[in-house]
Formats: sequence, C-alpha cells, structure tokens
Amino acid sequence: MRKRLVTRVALVAALATGVASAQQILINAAGATFPYPMYSKWFDEYHKKFPKLAFNYQSIGSGGGIKQVTEGTVDFGATDGPMNDMQLKEFRDKRGFGVLHFPTVMGADVPVYNVAGINTDLNFTPEALAGIFLGKITKWNDPELVKANPGLKLPAADIVVVHRSDGSGTTYIWTDYLSKVSKEWETKAGRGTSVNWPVGLGGKGNEGVSGQVQQTPNSIGYVELIYAVQNKMKTGKVKNLAGAYVVASLASVTAAAASSKEMPEDFRVSITNAPGKDAYPISSFTWLLVPEKISDPAKNKAIKDFLKWMLVEGQTMTSALAYAPLPKAVVANETKAIAKIQ
Amino acid sequence: MTNLHTLRRKTVNVLMLTITGLCTLFAAGTLVYILGYLFVHGATSLTWAFFTKLPTPVGESGGGMANAIVGSGKLLLLASLFGIPIGFLGGVYLAEFGGTTFSYIIRYVTDLLNGVPSIVIGIFAYTLIVLPQKHFSTLAGGLALGVMMIPIAVRSSEEFLRAVPNSLREGAMALGASKAKSILTVVIPAAKNGIMTGIMLNLARVAGETAPLLFTSFGNRYWSSGWDQPISALPVMIFTYAIAPYEDWHKQAWAAGFVLLSLVLTVNIIARAVLSSKKHVAR
Amino acid sequence: MAATPTTVPTSAGPSRPAPAGYWQRLRGGDEAAYIITFMAAAGILAITAMLVLELYTNSAASRSKFGWNFLFTSTWDPVNDQFGALPFIYGTVVTSFLALIMGIPLGVGAAIFLAELAPPKISDGLTFLIELLAAVPSVIYGLLGVFVLIPILRDIEPSLKAVLGWTPFFTGPFYGVSLFSAGVVLAVMIIPFIISISREVILSVPGDQREAALALGATRWETTWDIVVPYAKKGIMGSIFLALARSLGETMAVTMVVGNDPKIKASLLAPGYSIAAVIANEFTEATGQLYTSALIELGLVLFALTIVINGMARLMIIGADKYK
Repeated sequence: MRKRLVTRVALVAALATGVASAQQILINAAGATFPYPMYSKWFDEYHKKFPKLAFNYQSIGSGGGIKQVTEGTVDFGATDGPMNDMQLKEFRDKRGFGVLHFPTVMGADVPVYNVAGINTDLNFTPEALAGIFLGKITKWNDPELVKANPGLKLPAADIVVVHRSDGSGTTYIWTDYLSKVSKEWETKAGRGTSVNWPVGLGGKGNEGVSGQVQQTPNSIGYVELIYAVQNKMKTGKVKNLAGAYVVASLASVTAAAASSKEMPEDFRVSITNAPGKDAYPISSFTWLLVPEKISDPAKNKAIKDFLKWMLVEGQTMTSALAYAPLPKAVVANETKAIAKIQ
Repeated sequence: MTNLHTLRRKTVNVLMLTITGLCTLFAAGTLVYILGYLFVHGATSLTWAFFTKLPTPVGESGGGMANAIVGSGKLLLLASLFGIPIGFLGGVYLAEFGGTTFSYIIRYVTDLLNGVPSIVIGIFAYTLIVLPQKHFSTLAGGLALGVMMIPIAVRSSEEFLRAVPNSLREGAMALGASKAKSILTVVIPAAKNGIMTGIMLNLARVAGETAPLLFTSFGNRYWSSGWDQPISALPVMIFTYAIAPYEDWHKQAWAAGFVLLSLVLTVNIIARAVLSSKKHVAR
Repeated sequence: MAATPTTVPTSAGPSRPAPAGYWQRLRGGDEAAYIITFMAAAGILAITAMLVLELYTNSAASRSKFGWNFLFTSTWDPVNDQFGALPFIYGTVVTSFLALIMGIPLGVGAAIFLAELAPPKISDGLTFLIELLAAVPSVIYGLLGVFVLIPILRDIEPSLKAVLGWTPFFTGPFYGVSLFSAGVVLAVMIIPFIISISREVILSVPGDQREAALALGATRWETTWDIVVPYAKKGIMGSIFLALARSLGETMAVTMVVGNDPKIKASLLAPGYSIAAVIANEFTEATGQLYTSALIELGLVLFALTIVINGMARLMIIGADKYK
C-alpha cells in the first residue's frame, strides 16, 4: 500500500519535471571531442540567449558523430575527419537524402608530452613524429629528436605513445598529416578516424588522451590545442613544409588555411602540411554534419538559426579558446549553403 | 619425538589462524579504505553547486550534477516500474504454482539472464529500442536497467514467499479463501518485509550500473523532460569526468562517487539489518 | 472458458460449501492469478529469447564474413574492415585469471577464518562489512583504480620486476594501465563473492564431522583443512566459478585501467583490452554495418562464455547444497 503511494508520488513528481521543461526544445547532437570546448561554450551562450532551446552535445568522438547522425539517433553530428565518399553514400542509402558539412572553426592537433626535466617546447620533425608513432623511434634520446633539439638533455627513457581508443577526427587529422609526410605510415596504418596503431595506449576522447599523458611519465600523445592549454601541458613545435619550426596558434592555423588550396563546394578539405612559412602543419577545419532534410519544423528552424548565429557571433568567441575563426570567404559560402537544408 | 610433532602442529595451527585472519583483515580493510578515501576526497568536494547546478561549459568551474541526480532517479523509477512487477509476479508463479518442468525452465532462464553482462544488455536495449525509435531516450535506459532487475526480483520474491510456512496457506484455504485470495491477503503480506528489502537491494545494485546506459540513455547536459529524451545519470558522469584531464571534473567525480556509494551502502545496511532481525523472529 | 476439473484443497476435508456462483468466482480468481503470474514468468522467457535473438541477428554480417575464424584472428582493423576477437578473448581471460589467482587464496582464506576460526560475533561483523564490498558499483572501483591503484602499482613496479622479472610475464615497459592493473581491480571486486558463498558452504558442513576430528585430538586448523574444507570443496569451487563469471563481464572498472590496446603480448605489464571494454569504448562510433556487427558478435561470444561458466557454477553449488 505504502509502496503504491510512493510510486504514485514519484510518478507525479517526474511528470511535473517533465511538464515544467516541456516548453524547452531539446536538440541532440554528438561527435568530435576536438571542438568540444568551443561547442559547449557556444551552446551555453546560445541557451542563455534563447532559454527555450537546448542543444545537448555529447562528445563521443568524430566516429560516433558520423555513426549517430547516419543512424538518425541525433539531430546533427560533428567531426574533424570529413566523411568520405563511402560514408556519404551510406548516409544517403540509409536516410534517402544527403548530409551537409558545415565548417565551424579551425584548430590544431598538437603533440603533448610529459618528459621529466623538459620544461620547454620540444622541436619535432615530421620524421620524428612518424617514427615515434610507428614504434621505430623508441627512446627520447633518439638521434632524430636530439638533432632537432640541440642543447636539451633528453633522457634515455622509453617513449610511451598515447593515441585515441575511440573513433576520432583528431586521429584523422593526425594520421592524415602522418600519411602525407611518411610513405611508411601511409601504407602501414593509413588515415582514418580509427586506425590499426602499431604501438601505444588508448585514451578515450581528447579528454582521455590528455589525462593519460598527464599521468604517464615519458609519454607523448596528440590532442587539440585547447586541451593542452587548459591543462597546462607541454606542447611541441612541428617543422612545417617550408622548414620552419612552428608552434600551434591562432596565427599559424589561420596561415595554414590561407595558404592551402581552394575550398571545394562541399567544404570537405584537408589543410594539413600546408605550404607557407608561418603555417602550422597539423591544422584542420572541423565540421558539423547536418542532414539535408530536418523534418521537425521547430528543430529545423532552431538548427538553421544556430548556424547563422555561429557564423557571425559565434566566430567572435573562438579566439578566447584558441580556435581560429573561419576565413571570410568560407563564411560567405556557408551562409549560402544553409539554404540547402530543407 | 611426539613433542616436536605436536609443537609443529600447534605452530601450523597458529600460523594458519594468523594468515587467514590477515586475509580477512585485508578484505574488510579494503572496504574501509574505499569508504575512507571516497569520504575524504568526495565529501570535501561536495558543494551546494554540485547538487543544484547543471554542468558548465568545458573548462569552466562551478558546474554541478543536478540533472544527473534527477536523471538517475527517473531511470530507476522506470526500471522498477518495468522490472519489479514482472520479477515479483514471476517469483509468485515459481513459489505458488511451481514444481512443474516449466517452472524449472523459468528458473534456469532467470539465472541465465542474471549472468548476462550488463554491456550486453545495453546492446540489447540499443538494437531493440534506440534503433527503431531513432533516438536515445530515458525509456531505453530505464528498460535496460529494468531487465537487469528482473532476475533478482524473481529470485528474492520466490525465496521469501517460499519461506512463508505452509500452515498459513492451508489455514487460509480452510477458512474458504481461494488460492488467489490466500496468496494476496495472507502469503504476500507475510513475506512483505523480505520482498521490500529485496526490492531495495535490487535498486541499490542497479543504481550504480553504468555500462547499459552508455548507448541507451546516452547523456544530457540539460534537464530531460518526458521519457523520450536522452538523460544524464550519476554513474555515467563519474565515468566521463574521471577519465578527463580537468581537475574540476575530477573533484565532481569524487563528489558523485561519494554520493552514489553513500546511497548504495545505506540502502544495503538498512536492508540487511531488517533481514537479519527478521531471521530471528520468524521461527 | 472450458470446463476444467475442480481442484479440491487437500486439507479441507470432504464437506465443501458449493453454490455454483460462488464456485465460478472462486475458480475465476485462481485462474486469473495463475494466468497473470504465468504470463509474467513467460515474459521473462520471452525477454531472454529476444535478447539472444537480437544478438544473433545483429551480428549476422560479421558472422557470415568471418565465420569461426573470428574467434582466432588477432587483427582489429576498422579501417580495412578486418575484425578478430582473439585479442579481446585473450584480455578477458587473462584479467579474469589474474583476478582468480589473487582472489582465491585471499577469499578462501578469509572464508575459512570467518566460518571456522573466528569467534561468531567478530565473524558476523566482518562478514557484514565484506558483503557490503559486493555492493560497491563497478564505476567506483574504476575511479579508485585510476587515481589510487595505478599510482601505487607504478611505485611497486620496480620491486615486482625485481622479483618476477625473470618470467616473460613481467617484462617490458609499464605505463600504469595494464592487464595486471585490471587483474588487481577485478580481484578486489570478486573477493566478497568468494568469501560470502564459501563461508555459507563451510558453515553448512555438519557439525559431527568437526566434533569427531576434534575429539580425536586434531587442532582447529587440521580439522578445518583436512576435514571440513574437503566436504565444502564443491561449493567453494562453485563460488569461484561464480566469481569468474562476474569478472568476465565486468566493464567499467576494467576499461578505466586496462590500457585499451587490442594486442596480445606475453607481459602482463602491457596494456590490453577486454571484450566488455572494447564494446563500451567503440560501440557508439562503429561506422558501417560490419564494424557494428563485429562488436555485437563479441557480445555474443561474451554471453556464451558467461553462460557456460555460470552453468558450471550452478552444478557445483547445487551439489554442495545437498549438505544443507
């Protein structure tokens, strides 16, 4: 008897919370951890502006974003590894219409490390990074690393490689870069959101990799710049195509976008290993994956409005979190592309 | 010669007493250590914000887990609405109408279901509910947890119903009550303490389950309304925050761990106290 | 409703009040009760059947492509759509095995102490505490594993290597997360189960056996080890199998400390992966039909594994129950 009463009260309470927030429109999204700090800030600000709209973004990795938006279990996805033709076809086959890529910001994959006694930025050559992640360079005092860092005392310790355990756009950017600078990497592991890693430990999300590197002495991993900044981790300089050692920053990422080839109409482009003496070689756009057809009218309007806001006000907030804003030409083209969403 | 042998046996006796005692101390000590550690790290991280605020953007402090606490509550409510009636009625069947081959099969299958790893139950709920519905939801998460509640509900209900002496049943029938009426008005009330505590223990166990929620209730940074939206849950937040690098998130994970463990252990202690006192009474 | 023979309550004697209307109602109540509870029981059957069916049908793509080889291939390459279960089966079995190696001596030792050698009040109190350990959620073990256990293991690793480094199991670099770390966490998690059940089984061994041995002059330990424990052997084995079944399916605690590396290495200090952990990490993002069905097939494998182990456990514990 008491049990029934308790259940009834609880039911009413639950329904009450349901009714109270029923006015709120919840839009579900999932995907990349790379831009998560930016997106969580954006969605928070947007929610403050429009309390009726709540964008629930779950940072489960680009692979997850692609998968869930294809399945239709989320309203839009996010990825830093653009969907390839096969994935686009799968989407179209499954849903009956296509999916659009909308670049949001540009960011950088940086090498983060935790080496005892090293408190400055290490210089990494493309050969060094490829060698480390292939498992061929195993010690911190390897000649390749010493050569690039004269004057620094590198220990004779084993390098602990940390990579992503989940399907990741951050991985896509990193492996895309490695594939461009190392034929061996391209054949052995290739580029993708999830590859067959020759060596290393897996961390879940950018969060997991940063956490792992923080806690593991003599480790090296790759994360989006803001994760390294927010957690005060050591990041390295990478030698770009022009031969200069460049640190990842707003300026160097913007330079990479500026000096790379034309942006195609569907916005899928890779800007890793860009020419240009100031370009940071492991930069990338990151995209929102929005289905061409959004049947719920409230969600349709909400998402379109958000995209418009993102391209104007949103872009003003990027620098505070160390993401580079989109080039003006891209913004203009994207604004036109929003009309493609039906 | 005999004295030496006896001495050796006596030494072995004391030695093994000590060793096994140490094993016990280790086991019991582990719990004390876990509790203590969580208390120190978790209780100190408990702020008012933790209980009342929603999560803040990544990297900013001041966020809380209000929605996760309510979310866990909603999920458990749904789980009990689904799992307890089925489990309880199944237990009644086995206790009151049992003895057939069919009930033997049911018992076996229930044990089977009990042994299914929680992540596999998550897959089940995903393919059965999330995919056809095309969204993550409280419903999917609640049902996954509900399925996990069923075997324990069956087993504990059956056990406590069986423990009711047959004389009560027969007495009721002798007074003219039908079997159904005697079950309803005599047997079940006699077992009600045990059944209630069984339900509490069941809830406590399922409250800490994380794996089946990973791809059913998914997660929500905001309040979740109704049953069709993704929802946040306390154990999932602990997992997400623990593996991240943000110090603030770590503190919240400890706080959440402390809250969760306190609830679970409190329920367990109360349940066991009630059960053991019952044991001495119903002779 | 078809006419069914009336059921006569056995102890009610020959005289029964029986106006026809009353009978109808009586039978109606019973029938309804029977049907409702029967449906609930059948529902449990249906749910379990559906679970197996879902697992089976959704893993079809992977099963048809790889066949039985799935269980013996060690490549896990999502880029090239090559999937094999071996690294995960290896990790699952090794971590559980490690848990047993560490957990059995501690668990059985403690059970013996609590059942035979300790004074009853202390025994009850300590058992109460230990049984509470079984209620601690997996994710909390994971939390403590990450922040407490791994730093401790990092500190003792050199000594571990010094003592056991001559075996191939304790070689190579140690990153904190490893098969060994997962094994330790699992051991702590299963010890309460072993203790709880073994203690019950030992307590149920008939007293006259003990008394006879003591009367003949055996020490307490000799009585316990040579007489009581062999009696309880089956039940203890059952508890071990039950603990094993639990540890095979553990997800959260393992995934937080195992290292998430799908490789098979001899050293326990290397990172590894388990079936449950890989499903938890990769399920939400498995793009493509084959990838998803490979993960679901892994779920099927784990399910089959736990059924077998649980089945064996039941046989043993039921056998031991005979002494109750």
